[in-house]
Amino acid sequence: MPVNPYLLPSLIVVVLVTVGIGAYGLRFARTTSDFLVASRAISPAWNAAAISGEYLSAASFLGIAGLILRYGVDVLWYPVGFAAGYLALLLFVAAPLRRSGAFTLPDFCQVRLRSPFLRRLATVFVVFIGCLYLVPQLQGAGLTFGTLTGGSYAWGALLVALVVTANVALGGMRAITFVQAFQYWLKLTALAVPVIFLVLQWQADGRPAVTPPTGPTFPAATTVQIRQDATISTAAGTVSVHRGDRLSFAAGDPVPVVSTTEDRRGADWLRPGGDGSLFATYSLILATFLGTMGLPHVLVRFYTNPDGTSARRTTLVVLGLVGLFYLLPTLYGVLGRIYTPQLLMTGRTDAVVLLLPEAILGGGHLGQLLGALVTAGALAAFLSTSSGLLTSVAGVVFTDMMGADRGGSVRDFRIATVLAAVLPTTLALFVSDMDISQVVGLAFAVAASSFCPLLVLGIWWRRLTDVGAAAGVLAGGGAAMAAVLVTVLGPDLPGWTGQAIEQPAAWTVPLAFAVMIAGSLCTGRRVPRDIGATMMRLHAPESLRL
Amino acid sequence: MSSGVQTAGAVVLAVAALSGAVIAVLRLRSRRGIATAMQRATYEVLHTAGLAAEPLRGGLDAATAGKAARHLRTLVGATGLSIADDHRCLAFDGRGSHHGDQLAAAARRALKSGRCIVLTAAELPCDRVDCAVRGAVVAPLAKPDGQASAAMAATIDDHPAPGLVQATLEVARWAGAQLALAELESSRERLARAEVRALRAQISPHFIYNALTAIASFVRTDPERARELILEFAEFTRYSFRAHGEFTTLAEELRSIDRYLTIERARFGDRLQVRLQIAPEVLPVGLPFLCLQPLVENAVRHGLSRKPGVGMVSIEARDAGAECHITVEDDGVGMDPAVFAPDRPETDDGQHVGLSNVDERLRSVFGDHFGLVVETAPDAGTKVSMRVPKFHPGVHP
Repeated sequence: MPVNPYLLPSLIVVVLVTVGIGAYGLRFARTTSDFLVASRAISPAWNAAAISGEYLSAASFLGIAGLILRYGVDVLWYPVGFAAGYLALLLFVAAPLRRSGAFTLPDFCQVRLRSPFLRRLATVFVVFIGCLYLVPQLQGAGLTFGTLTGGSYAWGALLVALVVTANVALGGMRAITFVQAFQYWLKLTALAVPVIFLVLQWQADGRPAVTPPTGPTFPAATTVQIRQDATISTAAGTVSVHRGDRLSFAAGDPVPVVSTTEDRRGADWLRPGGDGSLFATYSLILATFLGTMGLPHVLVRFYTNPDGTSARRTTLVVLGLVGLFYLLPTLYGVLGRIYTPQLLMTGRTDAVVLLLPEAILGGGHLGQLLGALVTAGALAAFLSTSSGLLTSVAGVVFTDMMGADRGGSVRDFRIATVLAAVLPTTLALFVSDMDISQVVGLAFAVAASSFCPLLVLGIWWRRLTDVGAAAGVLAGGGAAMAAVLVTVLGPDLPGWTGQAIEQPAAWTVPLAFAVMIAGSLCTGRRVPRDIGATMMRLHAPESLRL
Repeated sequence: MSSGVQTAGAVVLAVAALSGAVIAVLRLRSRRGIATAMQRATYEVLHTAGLAAEPLRGGLDAATAGKAARHLRTLVGATGLSIADDHRCLAFDGRGSHHGDQLAAAARRALKSGRCIVLTAAELPCDRVDCAVRGAVVAPLAKPDGQASAAMAATIDDHPAPGLVQATLEVARWAGAQLALAELESSRERLARAEVRALRAQISPHFIYNALTAIASFVRTDPERARELILEFAEFTRYSFRAHGEFTTLAEELRSIDRYLTIERARFGDRLQVRLQIAPEVLPVGLPFLCLQPLVENAVRHGLSRKPGVGMVSIEARDAGAECHITVEDDGVGMDPAVFAPDRPETDDGQHVGLSNVDERLRSVFGDHFGLVVETAPDAGTKVSMRVPKFHPGVHP
């Protein structure tokens, strides 16, 4: 496969610009007249772009289009949920959390409930969620590397893990807000500009149907390399194929069904709620709507806001920016159904965004240029999210596990960074065949069943106690954590149990809330004595100057 | 990846989780499951003492006395226990509260004499048939220096045995020590507040004089500028002398520094160059009120005003994960590091009084590892750096 000649230059440009903004994007002032400019707080618009840049990960950039290509309308809940999570954050958490002065989630536990045990528990969950969220970023990196250069998946994942770890450990991201804001606009451009050309070409092709009644067909002559032993069923019958076999198809041939990959065909792709997936859908909605508020790397960005009002305004802008972005991957998924159906056979549907420009526009300069642009966006996606995640996980490890308050050094922070990077990198090498967005969905499920109840009840319910909160986090979050471990590492479970384990949020979130409320009511005497003062700080607007 | 490897991974993880759980359970057991009766007794006494110490550390009033009395009674092993100061009975726990007035009177006597008093049944007359109180031991809560402001009285259904007297005495002495600690703590806080006040007072004299003369020089030549400077000066003093709040944010502190530098530039003109590099992420960091401004003032005063030619002050605040790193640097005449030696008596030329005041306040708020770091040498400028955690319980800007 010929390597796109624009690829390397575009990646180098992205890395150079990022490093340049990171190192020189700090505000300077040499005269006192621009002193005030330099010490002015970041505006909600910049801050919102930074939060969106950090939030839109490989799962959003690559994963959603892949899922839509494969499963169709059912998985539209992923982009909807990923964006709507900020609505819950806006309504219940943003301003009070900022007013609490907490930098991380464990800090919030300390402010609200004064319990060292709960703080340690929150630390464990932050590390777990952070690692779980890092895995799909590295997966995306490995996949991109493998798709574009033909190299091995493991090397791509390792390479990005190394680059990100070195960058965070050496403190390369100094002007982090401006870097992340740049990354957001890069990601948006990298999907928005190509999609214009792609839709125009689709028009010019006479608008081929997305779901022809006979099932998807190859738009051009295609050779597919089989990655696993499988049986292939076509209209003519069933054939078994082996790993490494090459199958050739002519333009207009129907795409055969491969036994090792799962996808929806025909009307199923267009119709919501296939085989008893109502439970899974509700789980997904709960996890993504409520999980965003528990993501450690998103919450630390809110600290940059000067007060609660600007935190709220920032969240509102994030909602708009993120919502705008999520319109695009859906289009890629739909167009991929027409132009890159061979991915349904190989199972590597997550690569659809990367392959689509050249598949639709041909191997000419335009196709190659847009392909390079999309790849640069993907690089920005996993670099920004994984840097942010690693920074916050390493920060928590540094503060709460290595005792930075008793005198931590820069060297300790570097060790913490390496420690925080080892586990997700190892995991990423093991779970190469899972859908990126599904792994991210699992991280959301754990966050929704542990931190969401803690934050919502902690902010809005006076009678929450440390014992109740710890019990709820242990019950709900622990159950979600166990479900995730079984899904990622264990065997496939059949039937209802399998569904309840694969999408656990629908039972773990209510469980966490119920245990937390019951536990707090049973231990009513442990409500912190200064709860009134704490609540006042969380809820009173700063303008009152109380 | 093959399913064999995945299963192996799952097994390894399960084993790790299991062993973690076992270790956790063992550690919990080792804390709870005390082997001998002796150890259990030690544990119980110390545990109860710890529970009693908590309210006592908040100082002695009716509320804290009530909480402490319960645990103190367990420690003494009496049926009832009262705590009284020289006016009234603060708290009573257990049986026999109708003897409160008699006990309070005995407590007054004990406080006056400073000695322990043993009351027998004859000295505790009572017309209640069901009253079982037959004796009491009253001991002053003496502090290590012998002073006592309160006393405790333990009542018992029997004639007071020497064992009870001894136990009451020891518990009273222990409680007195806790009260002394409480006083120490509150006096330390008072001291810190006094230091802030002293610092505010310390800023003014030199600076106010210099600022006013600098402004005066503009009144005729450039009245508009003089007006602006006076307004800046007014804003600056309002911030510096504000009455409320022990903490502020980096943004506010920088704003005040900006006003200060504007006024200083009126005096020094182009001789004073300023370079500022601030990561906007750390602007909301909370820090003790007026802990950065003395450093800048120091840099201008000692770094530049004693030196001919142009001087540069640079202020930098960097984002470093969960912390913020702030440095204030000048290229002035520098100092001899020996002035910071701990055994050197403080001089009153203000050379480093401001610095050590900031250092002490940072340490008392954030802990001993967050003090100032000063790098300096004669004729080599001065660089002062500090680390501030982004979150610290108790710091509310």
